This record gives sequence, structure tokens and C-alpha cells, in this order.
Amino acid sequence: MKKLLLSSIIVLIGITFIGRLSYLQIFSFSPDQVLEDPAIKAIYDYPERGYIYDRNGKLLVGNDPAYDVMVIPREVKPLDTLEFCKLLDMTKERFVKRLKRARVYSPRLPSVLVHQLSKEDYARLQEKMRRFPGFYIQKRSLRYYDTSAGANVLGYISEVNERDLRKNPYYVQGELTGRTGVEKVYEDSLRGKKGVQYIQKDRFNRDIGKYKDGDLDVQPEQGKEISLTIDKDLQEYGEKLMHGKWGGIVAIEPSSGEILTMISGPTYDPSLLVGRKRSANYSKLHYDSISKPTFDRSISFEKSPGSPFKAINALIALQEGVITPSTTFTCHHGFYIGRSKKGCHCGGGSRNLNVGIYKSCNAYFVGAYKKLFEKFPSNAEAMDSWENHVRSFGLGSYLGSDLHTGRPGSVPTTDLYNKWYGTGDKRWSAVTTYSNAIGQGEVNVTPIQLANMTAAIANRGHFYTPHILKKIEGKDITNPAFTKAKHTTIDKKHFEPVIQGMADVYKKGTAKYVQIPDIEIAGKTGTVENFMVIDSVRTQLTDNSVFVAFAPVDNPKIAIAVYIQNGYYGARYAGHIASLLIEKYIKGEITRKDLEKRMLERTLESEYAKPYSGEEFKINEYDWSKHALKPKTEEAPPSI
Amino acid sequence: MAGKSLLKRVDWLTVLIYLALLAIGWVNIYSSTFSETDISIFDFGTLHGKQFFFIGASLASIVLVLALEASFYERFSSLLYIIAMVLLLGLFVFGKTIAGATSWYDLGFFNLQPSEFAKVATALALAKYLSDIQTDIKRKKDQLYAFLVIFIPAVLIIPQPDPGSALVFFAMVFVIFREGLPMYYLGMAILAALIFVATLMFGTIWVSIFVTLMVVLFILLKKKTFKVPIIPVVSIAVVAILFSLSVNFVFNNVFEQRHRDRFSLWLRLEKDPAKLEQIRKTIGYNTYQSEKAIESGGFYGKGFLEGTRTKGDFVPEQHSDYIFSTVGEEWGFVGTTTVVLLFTLILLRLVYLAERQKNPFSRMYGYGVISILFIHYFINIGMVIGILPTVGIPLPFFSYGGSGLLSFTILLFIFLKLDSNRLKEGI
Repeated sequence: MKKLLLSSIIVLIGITFIGRLSYLQIFSFSPDQVLEDPAIKAIYDYPERGYIYDRNGKLLVGNDPAYDVMVIPREVKPLDTLEFCKLLDMTKERFVKRLKRARVYSPRLPSVLVHQLSKEDYARLQEKMRRFPGFYIQKRSLRYYDTSAGANVLGYISEVNERDLRKNPYYVQGELTGRTGVEKVYEDSLRGKKGVQYIQKDRFNRDIGKYKDGDLDVQPEQGKEISLTIDKDLQEYGEKLMHGKWGGIVAIEPSSGEILTMISGPTYDPSLLVGRKRSANYSKLHYDSISKPTFDRSISFEKSPGSPFKAINALIALQEGVITPSTTFTCHHGFYIGRSKKGCHCGGGSRNLNVGIYKSCNAYFVGAYKKLFEKFPSNAEAMDSWENHVRSFGLGSYLGSDLHTGRPGSVPTTDLYNKWYGTGDKRWSAVTTYSNAIGQGEVNVTPIQLANMTAAIANRGHFYTPHILKKIEGKDITNPAFTKAKHTTIDKKHFEPVIQGMADVYKKGTAKYVQIPDIEIAGKTGTVENFMVIDSVRTQLTDNSVFVAFAPVDNPKIAIAVYIQNGYYGARYAGHIASLLIEKYIKGEITRKDLEKRMLERTLESEYAKPYSGEEFKINEYDWSKHALKPKTEEAPPSI
Repeated sequence: MAGKSLLKRVDWLTVLIYLALLAIGWVNIYSSTFSETDISIFDFGTLHGKQFFFIGASLASIVLVLALEASFYERFSSLLYIIAMVLLLGLFVFGKTIAGATSWYDLGFFNLQPSEFAKVATALALAKYLSDIQTDIKRKKDQLYAFLVIFIPAVLIIPQPDPGSALVFFAMVFVIFREGLPMYYLGMAILAALIFVATLMFGTIWVSIFVTLMVVLFILLKKKTFKVPIIPVVSIAVVAILFSLSVNFVFNNVFEQRHRDRFSLWLRLEKDPAKLEQIRKTIGYNTYQSEKAIESGGFYGKGFLEGTRTKGDFVPEQHSDYIFSTVGEEWGFVGTTTVVLLFTLILLRLVYLAERQKNPFSRMYGYGVISILFIHYFINIGMVIGILPTVGIPLPFFSYGGSGLLSFTILLFIFLKLDSNRLKEGI
């Protein structure tokens, strides 16, 4: 027994040790502890972010070097504070305060002492930094904008937050990521891939060489340069025209779906969100809750399309065979809904398709809409058919573009009306929903959807999903989502009479004052009623001015939608701005200098101030001295 | 006696394990003290270079140990013991202080640590005393003398201060047990240790309840089989409860804070994360870092010279007391298990060898060797892997240190010499 005692103790201890070791080395072991290992420090090497060019190879966004003075508090040795502060051009109090803050954050990790030195300061300091242990200069790269336009398209970059860190393990605290716009959507391409070097540290946190001789180190991968479909000149010109106006403009090349310009007013200079003043500027923009400069109206502003939508209704009616181009409806300076008469400003009389479009006759389109409903055995089926046609133009959906944000707009459905009015064929009908016929009511669109719809008409029945990316590293994109045509439900033959009507809008219709010499345009004006809740009262404001157009008619190069808030009737602002942009894009220069001057100078600030003035105000004022051209046969606001 | 026949009679299994431990130990010392700038592995400026020299010296000492007559060790054991004690005493006058402990003689090229050699001398002296025909271990007086042989060096070493080495001498109590010390001594010691730990973990009240319950159950269950000596059993229980009370008193009033921290770390008594973090950074730093280093090795380890924490010197004393953490980080579970198995094997082999001795002196000395090696191995690895409180003693054949390696080698090979001579008793 005694002989065995010692042996069994030896065996027992052996088993205990192996048990403990297996707990430590097998169960507690986690293979990704390299990052937690205090003996290994990762040093990151950040590649330069990719440049962004416009469709013609003009630089939009580049990089600027910036230099931060960093401090590692526990490595700081006693120093000549006065001299150092003089070098950094800061007061001693500020220096002491910042150093203390850095120490509180971490004595071991670097903190920024002075943000973004100028190049001159950097050159001066660089030599002398060596004398101040614990301080060093960190080179960073900041975005540099070679344009003051396109803030909404380009977006901005900012430091990653907790959510980004959780979502993507690639990022480390303090890194930058694209926050909005192209910077966000093409973050992975623009960013490149950071390099990493693992350094072996000792317990005093000193470098003692490379970890595993650098076998695990990764070389940085350069950010890719990308070209956008945006035309820099057109974008800049458009933003100038939008000066003092709120709204959105989108122009698309119909043959490719490339977005030529995407303007949101009001906007801001993208350079505001770079550098030392970034956070102050950001607050100013972000908290402007009235004009909302950071809200991209070109893709997120949902409103009724107004009269341009009549073109779609005409196409649907033709496709369903309920009208022919020669079908006529009589306009009694209005039309009857039940017993009440709704006005129309087309001048009255017998209207066929052509006149209906170019004079924007409400009675004509309400008539056609009613005939569509009469064709189907039930209102629900008529509605379903109508909705299906409308959606085929990309309305009521996000389109699937490569933009970072956007809104789907809305297209009314049978379900919606069933919910509103009740299920059953008697509960609602074409009469109940006639607003759809003239683009008011339940249809809501964004400017980009309007532009895309126009492109579909320009292409006579198909469109390419609008997109912003043209090339990556000089290679054209091949993504089939953007290069394959999407077809509408309307046969090609039905487009010609409608396009003819739209061309006549310019020649003799609601927009004949915005003609461009030598360019044949097809377009459609719109004047959309506009409401706002002021002090919990639904108040009508000056109408929104809408215009869609494409040119040239036979070989469309550009399809454009312009939506100007409170611009009054369609041709007044939207029409003029659209015509200037088309001329700029196709001809490269403007021949109508006086019109250009007027558009650049006139602002709608007084209109936008009205709801906030606290005083009574008039809407839809004809103060011609202040605004655009005097109308003659212009479309007047529908008084529905 | 021809040298050739001696080579045949030596227990080669033990020698092989000894050499294996020596080699593995040196490789890990090399890794722990290695830096990229070293040119030669035999550079005496480096610790692994010095250790290489010590290994050579140890191998030379083996020749000497084996060359001497086996009877020499028995005959001169008392003299060696007295010399060792004198050397220990001499430290109070001539000792050199390293890291706060006055444990060395400065011999110029080499610092001699007499406490290491005192282990050999004490093992010899104890065996000598116990194997004496006039000694009867059942007698209280002889028990006392046997304990004195152990306690004198321990008492001389404690004030150096080197409580770890002193602890080693107490381990030799095993030898006395083997030779007939009643088992209830061991029972008492284990009971005391259990009550100590249990009191710290659960408090006096629970310990008292438990002890009372056990006594009552014992009396009730055994009443039928035999007449229970109620008074001794109850008095043991009372003493146990009093001891438990005194544990609290000693822990809170006699122990210093660092001792308390060691225990609270060992028994995981501290639950407050802030305080735990504080303990980890101060008193528990070594243990925490060595556990982390071992853990980070995983199953296969990071490879020779690839241990990042070893390279970064995160574990203090890694070449000496904490050498096992280098094994853990660079060789992983495979390496640590191999070392544990090698130690288990050599200890079991030594038990087997001791038991086959005809000469009681050889057997008792063998047990002395086992006790000394075992307590080093047990406490060192237990400490490094965090299941025992921090006690600074080296891992035999492994840790850096000349005196240690030399004395462990001499300790072991004296026994192998005695073993090789076992059939020639009386010549």
C-alpha cells in the first residue's frame, strides 16, 4: 500500500497536469488571437483612395496629402514646451490640455495632437520632430475636389462608426469609409486594400523586429480609379442654373441609361466636408431642416408627376386599343366628374391625341382613362392592367440603379383603392380615380424616375437601368443589370403619335417659348399642385414646375426631367432650365444668352420663404418682372 | 570493477529520460534567451551559452559520481551533511545577494548556491539515519531526529529568504512515511490543508457544518460495526473547527497582502473584475502571462523560436522558473504533454528502482531523490499552468541555473550508482 502511494500520486498529478494543459491549449485556445497578442502589433499602410473622373475623363475627385501631429503619451520625455508650442503654433495651455486628453484616451496608443498641418508647416516641422520623442507626423490623404458641383452624386467619406465596425471586420477604428453617394456605393473599389505589417514587440512595447520575418505582412492594394457617367460641365452648369431654386434634375443618355447629370437644389460645395472645418460645416448642412441641402432631391424627392404623366396614359390607351390617334374628346373648358365641373386651360373644343398632348388637355386624358376602364369587365381588372403598364416604365420601384439612396415613388393599386373605398365594383371606378389620368393623385415619382420614363419614350419602348458608373480602371462596365435593355409593355408603333404630340409641345404647344434653334425637342410640361402642412393646416403653395424632354427627336442623345419646387407652371422654370441644359449638352454652348442670364439670376427664395414668414401669402403670382417670360398660351394650373 | 560492466549495470532508461529532459530544456532556454544578434550558440555571454557549459560540467560530474565507490556515499553522508549545513550558515556572513535573496557564494566565474547541494546532502543523511540499525521510526524520539535532519537545512534556508527551496526539504517526509511513519500524520496534514483551502473558499461556518455532519454520520453509520471511540473523533472535529477559525485569523492578520493576493488568485476568490485586473497586473502578472503564453501555443505550438510572447519577454523569469511556458507556447499541447509524460515516467521508474534495492540505505536515498524531484516538478509546473500559488523553485534538468542542474544531476546519479551496485552488497 505504501509502495503504491507515491506512484499513484505521481500518476494522479500527471493526469491533473495534462487535464489543465488540455483546458488551456485545446479548449481555451482561439486561432485568431494574433490580434489580441500584446507581443504583436499591426501597422497599417493605407493606399491612396481611387480618383473619380467624369464621363469625358475630367477629374472630379482627387487626393490631397495632409499631415497630423501624433503623440504617444507614455513615450513623451520632458521637453522644451515653449519651443515645441511655438513650432506647432499653439498656446501652452492648449498643448497641455490636448496632451492630457491623449493620456486619458490611452497612454500607449497614438492620439492626434494637431490636425492637418499645412504643407509648409509640415516641411518646417519634419526636420525637428526627431528631437521630441513621443511625437511624430502621420501622413494621411484627404479628398480633394476639382469641382464645386456634384456633392450629392459624389458623396463624402467619414470615419467608421461602431456599426460599420460590427458589419465589416475589414475596418479598424479611425479609418475612413464612403458615407454617401459614389464614395459609398463604390467604397470597395475606391478604397483599395490596406497593407499590414506585423511587428514583434517586447513587454516594454518596443519594436524588436518583424513578426515571422514579415511572412504574414500584406502589401497595400491601390484604390481603383473610376469614371462616372456624369458630364462634369453639364453638372456644374445645371447647378448654377439651380441657384436659388429647390428641386431635382436628372438627365439620362437614353441609348445607354447613363446618368449625365443629377442635380439637387439646394446643394453644397463638396469641399465643405473635408478638412478641419468638416464637422462644423456638416452640422450646419445637416441641421438645415428647411432647405435640406443634404437631401438628394434628384433621387429621393417624391411628388406627383403632373402632366408629363399624360404621355404614359396616352400610350396605355393606345396599347389597349381604346383610342386611336384620331379619336377625339370634346373639352368644354373642362370636364364633368359627376355633377361637378373640373377646369381645363387648353382652350376648349374638339381634341385629338396630338392636340391633347401639346395643349395638355385634361378633358382628353380623363376621357381616355374612362374608356380604358370601360374596356374591362371590372374596375379592378382595369386598374391592374393600368398599373402593370405604368410599372413597366420603372415607376413605383427603386429602379435598381447603383445610387446609394433613392425612393420608390408610388403607383396606386387595386388593393390600395379597395382599402380606401372598399372592395366591390361599385365602390370605386375611373371617376373616383380620374386624377391618375392627369398625373395628380396617387401617382408619385422621383425626378430620376421621370427622366427614366422619358428615356423609355425616347427609345420608343425600352430603357436601360440608370446608372452612375461608366468605367473602373479605364474598363467599361459589363454588368448586365445596366447594359441589357428593359422593355415596356407598350408596342413600338404607339410611340410615334405620342412623340409627335410631345414635339408639337415645342412647336405650337405649352412650351413654344423655350425652343432651341436647330434642335428638335420632344417634351411635356407639367404644373403640379403643391400642398404643405403649416401649423397643422393643409395649405396650398405655389405650384411645382415640371418638365420632361428628350432631344433630338429622331436620335435621342439626352432625356431630361426637371422638377422645380414652387416654380409655378411647367414652362416657366423647368422648361427653360431643361432647354438650356439640352442646348449645353448637345451644342456645348448657349446661344440664348438673355434667357441664360435670366435663369441664372432669378431665384425662388421669396416663394420658399412664404410658408415660414408667418404672414398671409398669395400663391401662383404673375409677377413677371421678377420671374420668367410672360405666358401667352401657356398651360395654366389645373384647378381640380 | 571494470568500467564496462558498470556501464551495463546503470539503468539506461533513466539516463535516457534524463538526457532527453536536458536536451529539451536547453532548446527552450535557447529560445527564451535568444535574440537575433547572437552569433554563436556557445557564446558564454549568453545565458544559453552558459547553460551549455553547465550541461557539460554536469556530464563530467556524472563520470566522477559513477567512478566513486558506492560505499563512499553511505560512509561520508554525515560529513557531507555537516559541510552543507556549514555552507548554509556561512551564507549569513559571506553570502552574495541576487534579486533580494542571499543564497549564493561568489566564486568569481560562477555563483554557487549551497541550498541546491544541501538537498543532496540531506537526502543522503536522512537515508543514513533511517537505515541505521539503531533507529526505530516507530519511536517518537527517532521520529523527532528524522524530522530534525530535514528541518535544520529548511530553517537555515527560510531566512535567506528562499521559502521555495525550504519547502523542498519538507517533501522528504515522504521518505519517513515509506519507512514506517504512521499514516495518520499524513492524514492530519491532508486534513489541515483541506480545511485551510475550504475555509478560504467557503468560510468557517460551512466548514464547521460539514465537519459536524461528517462526524455525526460517521458515528451513526459505524456504531453497529464497532465501538466508535467517540471522544477522539469528537475532539478531532473540535480541533478541525478551531483550526478553521484560526485560518481566518492567520489569513487576515498574519499574512501580508501579497500572500493574501496569491491565495485569492489561486483559489479564484476575487470576483470583482477591477481588483482582479489589478492582481493580474501586480502579484498575478507572472502567472497570468505564463498561462496566456501556454494557451496561445494551442495544440501544435507556434514552433521553435516563433513564440511571440517568449520573444517579447512577456513572461518574467522565462528561462528559469517559467521555462515550461516556453514549451507551452512554442511546442503546444504536444510539447507540454511530452514533458509531463517524461517526468511521470522518470519518477515511476525511480520508484521501481528504489523498491528493488536490497540495501535499505539505497532504497531510502532513492525515495529522497524521488521526493525532491517530484516536489520540484509538481510545484513548478503547477505554478506555471496556474493551479498552484506562485512559489519560486526551478524545474529539474530544465530551468536555467548551474547549481541546480549540477546538484540534480549528482542527486540522480548517486542513486543510479547505488542501484548499479545493488547486487554487490557486502563486498
